[in-house]
Amino acid sequence: MLSRTADNLFWMARYMERAETAARLLDVGARIAMLPNSEQGYRNEWEALLHACGSYDAFMKKYGDPVQRNIESHLFFDRENPSSVVSCITQARENGRIVRTALTTQMWDALNSAFQEMRQIEREPRSDQSLSRLTDWTRRHCAMVRGAMDATHLRNDGWDFLNIGYYLERADSTARLLDVKYYVLLPHIDFVGSGLDNYQWRTLLRAMSLHRAFHWAYGGEITAKKIAHFLILNPQTPRGLSPCVEALNLHLDRLARYYRRPTRAQESARNMMARMYETSTESIFDEGLHEFLTRFIREVADLGARVHEAYLSGDVR
Amino acid sequence: MSTYFNEMIERGAVRPPYARLQGWVDQMPAELRNLKQAEAEALFRRIGITFAVYGEGGDPDRLIPFDMFPRVFSAQEWFRLERGIKQRARALNAFLADVYDRGEIIRAGRIPGRLVYLNEAYEKAVAGIRPPKNVYSHIVGIDLVRTGPDEFFVLEDNCRTPSGVSYMLENREIMMRMFPELFSANRIQPVEAYPELLRRTLASVAPEKCTATEPNVVILTPGHFNSAYYEHSFLADMMGVELVEGQDLFVEGEFVWMRTTEGPRKVDVIYRRIDDAFLDPLCFRPDSMLGVPGLMDVYRSGGVSICSAPGAGVADDKAVYTFVPEMVRFYLGEEPILQNVPTWQCAKADECQYVMENLADLVVKEVHGSGGYGMLVGPKSTKEQIEAFRHKIEADPDNYIAQPTLALSTVPSFVEEGVAPRHVDLRPYCLVGERIELVPGGLTRVALREGSLVVNSSQGGGVKDTWVLAE
Repeated sequence: MLSRTADNLFWMARYMERAETAARLLDVGARIAMLPNSEQGYRNEWEALLHACGSYDAFMKKYGDPVQRNIESHLFFDRENPSSVVSCITQARENGRIVRTALTTQMWDALNSAFQEMRQIEREPRSDQSLSRLTDWTRRHCAMVRGAMDATHLRNDGWDFLNIGYYLERADSTARLLDVKYYVLLPHIDFVGSGLDNYQWRTLLRAMSLHRAFHWAYGGEITAKKIAHFLILNPQTPRGLSPCVEALNLHLDRLARYYRRPTRAQESARNMMARMYETSTESIFDEGLHEFLTRFIREVADLGARVHEAYLSGDVR
Repeated sequence: MSTYFNEMIERGAVRPPYARLQGWVDQMPAELRNLKQAEAEALFRRIGITFAVYGEGGDPDRLIPFDMFPRVFSAQEWFRLERGIKQRARALNAFLADVYDRGEIIRAGRIPGRLVYLNEAYEKAVAGIRPPKNVYSHIVGIDLVRTGPDEFFVLEDNCRTPSGVSYMLENREIMMRMFPELFSANRIQPVEAYPELLRRTLASVAPEKCTATEPNVVILTPGHFNSAYYEHSFLADMMGVELVEGQDLFVEGEFVWMRTTEGPRKVDVIYRRIDDAFLDPLCFRPDSMLGVPGLMDVYRSGGVSICSAPGAGVADDKAVYTFVPEMVRFYLGEEPILQNVPTWQCAKADECQYVMENLADLVVKEVHGSGGYGMLVGPKSTKEQIEAFRHKIEADPDNYIAQPTLALSTVPSFVEEGVAPRHVDLRPYCLVGERIELVPGGLTRVALREGSLVVNSSQGGGVKDTWVLAE
């Protein structure tokens, strides 16, 4: 497979996942903001959100006031924000268009339909669009692309690059969503268990469509430990960190076998997995949730760099 | 004023190839037609067939209008066309092989050497190189117009990289999806073998140094910003070959390689969809970012085949066009089956004078122009436009040729008011490799504006499915 093709597949998947993350962030923000009285009014929650997606400064410069409508513009419509839903879907479709030959008809169809519908939404008056409609729309189309891929794509190396893109992005985004919670809660773990706190955790789960799954898996009270275990260590959680790392290992190992050549990317992924197995919720909270997540996000970025170097750069010898 | 040949209705009667279409169109209520038209448009958009016009800006995802009313040829009509097209493709290739070798046709005084050797499209850099199977132009697109039941004229030849074949294939797919009943009622020859034939044609001209049983064929595209990118990726997909950009290729040792996730892989045949000038910055334009440095060295030493061969453009130049019937006689010893449109060369003083005196009745084109740009359609132009063009010709007569305004045939088309005749042309795609192949069909372009004779998609033209009936 051409390195450039692999690169485009990888980024197409990343951008679709990123679009979904933007929609989920919007959900988290909107729900937290519905709270009557958090500590500093709901301005604080929206700010936390912007911190989590790393665009606080850009936002403040352009919009200033972190109210829902501005955040909606920023996270959904703004083409100047590279992580907005519109930017991500446009970029994913562009990546897909470049490698049309490597996509199945259904995948292209799903991707292109999302793009065409999105352009329609952009033309409609903003007053016709509720936030939940926008986020539902995004989730539905992301699921359609992913579904078309699962159902129709050959299980070849392209499949692996798509999945590596998806799981790298997902690992990054789950870590960031969790981190929003950190910003809202601030460092004191003591607040755990208050009504407000539970509401916020529940919102986070809901935004990841994991609300019911959590209750199935754990039951009883929502506690920080349970959540951390659920989102970080539990191998059953679809958007959890540990399953993401496992999937990355699976696809990188498949590539190494397929190409009969292991690279430093496999090595990195394996080390991440090993560390994950050794981690307990206690050690996470000892280190500090924020510190743990920051480190994890950096490791994911490093792994991405190694994948690029080993397969996507075109300088493979 | 001349009357136009209507391919469906002659003297009040439906011509036989269209017999079954009369009932079809009669039974289609306007609402259904509008519904189907919308459906077709949605299909095109979903598939992603769009067309960006060079330099026009605007919507990069513009669709070429698709007219659902098919154009039909009988088996007998096609039989003659096919022989004529293949004959012409053979002659053009023989000409190319000759002018980059001994130039016999020039020595014999059948074509002026100046027109060939001083031609911008003549690549001195490839003189003396013999491409595999001695084929230069592997895909020959011959633009034909019709003026009567048996009168076909060649408007121009395209020996470099004729585009539009994806429309031929997709138009058919869409018609089959929307009107399956038409396909069971008519015996329409399929065109779907084209990509496979193209792949085989390209593989058949693999260089001698290639020892693999399956040569590695790739399509070289300028990139996804190019207006024909859809076609490039569509063909790569249908042929099962890689679609590469210049940056994906590099030269090392005696070969061209592509960058893959597993390391370098040798490339044997390049079907390039970029112009000669951009192929290799070391040989042609040094500022080209689209090409591959060193490619021409590998080509010269027989490490890779380039299709069409660099320099093939000299055969489809509008000034050289006049001599194609002569080529058929000279190389093949046959009489040309397809006629040229009578052409006046403004480069010749006496012919130029005639052109100047009759501008209002003629079509004047730039020798190197394409896409319907920079041309004058005399009968459709105002006095001011004609005078403005007169100055352009005076300033650079060598750059222009003129042809009579042909009474282009019409085919019924769906228009706002219902069904009305619109002018059409035809571009079939002839494949030349070890064998010469032609799928029964081509791209019919239609001038959707009433009375217009310009079928170019950049000028409001649309496309139609083109049927060749089985005997």
